Amino acid sequence: MTFISNLINGISLGSVYAIIALGYTMVYGIAKMLNFAHGDVIMIGAYMSFCATTYLNLPVPVAILIAMCVCTVLGIVIEGLAYKPLRRATSLAVLITAIGVSYFLQNIALIIWGSAPKTFSSVVPFGSLRLFNGGLIITAESVVTVLANIVIMISLAIFTKKSKMGKAMRAVSEDKDAAELMGINVNTTISVTFAIGSALAAIAGVLLCSAYPVLMPTTGSMPGIKAFTAAVFGGIGSIPGAMLGGILLGIIEIFSKSYISTQLSDAIVFGVLIVVLLVKPTGLLGKKIAEKV
Amino acid sequence: MKKFTEILSIFAVSALALSSIAGCGAQKKTDTADTAAGSSAAVIKIGGIGPLTGAAAIYGNAAKTGAEIAVEEINALGGDVQFELKYEDDENDAEKAVNAYNKLKDWGMQISLGCVTTKPCIAVSSEVFSDRIFALTPSASSTDVIEGKDNMFQMCFTDPNQGVASAEYIKEQSLGTKIGIIYNNSDAYSTGIYNKFVAEAEKQGLEIVSTQTFTDDSANDFSSQLNAVKAAGADLLFLPIYYTPASLILSQADKMQYEPKFFGVDGMDGILTLENFDTKLAEGVMLLTPFAPDAEDELTQKFVEAYKAKMGDVPNQFAADGYDCVYSIYNAITKAGIKADMSASDMCETLVATFTSPEFVYDGLTGTSVTWEATGEVSKKPKGMVIENGAYIGMD
Repeated sequence: MTFISNLINGISLGSVYAIIALGYTMVYGIAKMLNFAHGDVIMIGAYMSFCATTYLNLPVPVAILIAMCVCTVLGIVIEGLAYKPLRRATSLAVLITAIGVSYFLQNIALIIWGSAPKTFSSVVPFGSLRLFNGGLIITAESVVTVLANIVIMISLAIFTKKSKMGKAMRAVSEDKDAAELMGINVNTTISVTFAIGSALAAIAGVLLCSAYPVLMPTTGSMPGIKAFTAAVFGGIGSIPGAMLGGILLGIIEIFSKSYISTQLSDAIVFGVLIVVLLVKPTGLLGKKIAEKV
Repeated sequence: MKKFTEILSIFAVSALALSSIAGCGAQKKTDTADTAAGSSAAVIKIGGIGPLTGAAAIYGNAAKTGAEIAVEEINALGGDVQFELKYEDDENDAEKAVNAYNKLKDWGMQISLGCVTTKPCIAVSSEVFSDRIFALTPSASSTDVIEGKDNMFQMCFTDPNQGVASAEYIKEQSLGTKIGIIYNNSDAYSTGIYNKFVAEAEKQGLEIVSTQTFTDDSANDFSSQLNAVKAAGADLLFLPIYYTPASLILSQADKMQYEPKFFGVDGMDGILTLENFDTKLAEGVMLLTPFAPDAEDELTQKFVEAYKAKMGDVPNQFAADGYDCVYSIYNAITKAGIKADMSASDMCETLVATFTSPEFVYDGLTGTSVTWEATGEVSKKPKGMVIENGAYIGMD
C-alpha cells in the first residue's frame, strides 16, 4: 500500500513539474531560449490567486482566472521589453537577461508582499480520498493536479496540430526565417507562445501551492529548476517530452526518497538526468539534430 | 565572439580594481570611526544583525523589537548608562552578515548582539573574536557560534542543550514510546539538535523508529518522509526544524490523516503568526522554549504589553531573547562600572570577566537565575509549551 501511495505522490509531484516544464519547452522550441524567469512567473501567479481569495474574498475560479490574466500580460510584457530587443543577440546574452528578469521578479515580490511566508489555502474544496479502510489515502490535490495535467496536454496537442496559430508555432520552431518568408508573423507567434506559457505558469503556481501551501518570493525557483530538468530530460522543445520528463522526474524523486535515501534523492534525480543525456543527448523524446560540419 | 570576450575581460578587470579600492576605503573608515567613538560619545553603541527581510525575517524583527524595547526602557531611566541601538539586515546569509558587521563597526559599535540566526552568526563570531568586541547573541544556538571564542556569548540554549532537554522532557512526561524524526540535514541548527537528541534518547531508553531528512532545496514535498514515519508506527514526531517547513509537514500530515503527537523546538516558535495559516493544524503541537508570553509575572506582562503596542502581536521567544540580551549587558555594565568612553576592546575584556564570574546572575524573561559558562554557553531551564486554541499554553 505504501508503494501505491508513493507512486501516486510521485505522479502528482511529477504532474506539477510537467505543467511547469511545458512553459520551458514551448518557449525553447519556438524562441530557442531558456526562459529562466518562468519559475518566478509561477510565483507571481500563486500570489495573485492568494490575494484574490484571501484579501478580496473572490471565489476560487475567479481567482484562478485573474492569476492567469495577470501572468499572461506579464509574460507578454517580459517578452516585449526584455527579450524582443535581443532577438538577434547571442544566446548567452538572452540567457543572462532571463536570469536578470528572474531576480527582478523575485525582488518585486519581496517589495510588494514582504518576506514572511504566507500560507496558501488550497483551491480544492474536497477532502482526501480514503480507500481500503484508510490503508491508502489520496489527497484531492493530487487528483486535481493529475487531471489538470492531462487536460492541458490534450488541449495543447490539439491546439498545435489543428489551429492556425498552432501551425504557425510549429513552423516557427522548424525554421524561423523560412516561416517569416511564408508570411507568418514571427514576433506575434513568439508573443502568443509566451502568453500561453505564462497562463500555464499561473495554473501551475496555484496547483503547486495547493499541494505545498507555503508561499514566498522564492517559491518558484526550485520547482522551476526541477521542471527545467524535466524538460531537458524529456527532450527540450517537445511537448509530450515535457510531460514524460516531468512525471518520470517526480516518480524518481519520491521513490529514491522512500526506498534509497532522503539525503541522496536530489543526487539520484540529477544522476539519472546525466545518464539519459549521455545515452540520448537530446533527451528521451527529443528530435535528433544532425551535426552540421 | 572575440569582441564579447574583450568586453568581459575589461569588465572583470575593472570590477577587480573597484573592489580593491572599496576595500581600502572601508579600512580607513573603520579607523576614523573608532577614534570618533572613543573621544566624543556619551552613549554606548550596541549593534545587532539579523534577518529583517527574507524567509527568516520573523526572527530578526522579533529580536530587534525586543532589544529596542529594552533600550528604550533603560534610556528612560535616565541613568549614567545610555544606549544607542542599531540593527542591520543580513537576510539570513553569512556573507551579508559580515558586510552588516563591518557597516556597524564603521558606525562605531562597541558591543555586539551578534546575529539572530546560526549560520550568519558563525561567520560574524570569528570577526568579533579577532576584533575583540563583546558579543551576546539572542538566538544563534549552535555550539559552533561560541566554540573557541571567549568573548562570544549566547542568550538562548545551545542546540545540543535543546536536543538533550527535548529527549528528557519526552521521557519524563511519557509523551511517546515510538519516535519518528524529520530534520533538515542541510542546516547546522537542525542537525545539531538531532545528533544530541538521538544520543540522549538512547540513554533515556526511548525508541526511535524512523529518521527522515530533507534539505533546504527539497523542503516542499514531505509525502515520502511522512509515509515512512507512518509506516514505522511512530506515535510522536520530533521536528527539530524551523516553522516554515514544519507548517508544510503539519498540513501534509493532516491531508494524509496521520495524527501523531508533534514535538518541536524553539524554531517552531512563530508558526502561529504565519499569515493565513490554519491554526487548527497546529493544535496540540508541543514545543520546548524558554519563554511563555502567558506567564503571569509582572516582567512578562509588561513586556508583552510593550511589544503589542509596538508590533500589534504577541512576542515570541526571539523577542524575549533580544530583550534579555540588552538587559543582561546593562546589568553587567552597571556591575562592572563600564563607561561609554572605554574602547570596545577594553569593554570586551571587562564584560567577559563579568559574565563569567560566578556572582553574575541574571533574572529575565527567558529564565531566572541565568548564568553563563566560560565557553559562552547559557545555563537556564526550558519550559514545555503546547498550542491550544491557537495560543501557547505552558505545560508544567
